[in-house]
Amino acid sequence: MEQDSIYITSAVVLRNGNIVKDGAVIFQAPEKGAAFLQAAYERVGIDYPRFYKMDLLSKTGTVAADILLKEQTRRSAGLYRPEETGMVLSNRNASIEADVQYLEASKAYPSPALFVYTLPNIVIGEISIRYKFKGENAFFISESFDAGWTHWYVTDLMQRGLLKACICGWIDVIGEQPDACLFLVERGAALTGSSFFTVENLDRIYNKDYGK
Amino acid sequence: MENKQELIHRLKEQIIKQLKLEDKKPEDIGDHDPLFIEGLGLDSIDALELIVLLQQEYNIKLRSAEEGQDVFRSVDTMADYILEHSA
Repeated sequence: MEQDSIYITSAVVLRNGNIVKDGAVIFQAPEKGAAFLQAAYERVGIDYPRFYKMDLLSKTGTVAADILLKEQTRRSAGLYRPEETGMVLSNRNASIEADVQYLEASKAYPSPALFVYTLPNIVIGEISIRYKFKGENAFFISESFDAGWTHWYVTDLMQRGLLKACICGWIDVIGEQPDACLFLVERGAALTGSSFFTVENLDRIYNKDYGK
Repeated sequence: MENKQELIHRLKEQIIKQLKLEDKKPEDIGDHDPLFIEGLGLDSIDALELIVLLQQEYNIKLRSAEEGQDVFRSVDTMADYILEHSA
């Protein structure tokens, strides 16, 4: 039975100047917004020049995904085909930060490089390009993180055999501040430190208070 | 009017700024290095940004998309095009 269970095998929360992986604070910085993400990019040792071209939402996703996917032995061992890993993300503010930037820039000259980020699902594209994910993906807009919906949707994709692994969760930029909670969800045997993929566990990890 | 070498240096600074190549310095870009694929590794969105750069900074509009393939081959070819089309 365990072989067919679905687990949260890792989780990353990026919020209020902290980055927390699997319950442990791995990075803290006083900077805000883009400066915080830049500091995290350097400290974590990410080497991905495209990062500099991204809007805040995609930068947030790139940093969170990099930390989430480090040391994931099943994925790095090539256990999944590209088509078997997908992404299901959500947020409240869509791509509003990039939308406003594009609008402002357009008063002088429209910027194609800004325009490409005026959709929230671009962050899924950026992460998928980097890690070569080709599985099902979706980006939903909701008032707040809906653990019930996320659980239902991802479970359906996995039970129908469309995915073996999925990055799901919440990724938003509010007043230039990044707010993300990403889960790596995998079907199969439990890994050390993993927890069952349930609505309660999603809510528990998402709502844990890591301070202001 | 600045000479070609001065223009090339300014172009490199403008390309870095416009394309957000924050991990590059002007001296990292060779005058004759290909801008796309194997050189700086620019993509199609970057090509559009280079067109905007020409309009914004030099008031030059490309006559056609095909022309861009020759103009944007390197910083050197961009400089030649600007010098040729500047009033």
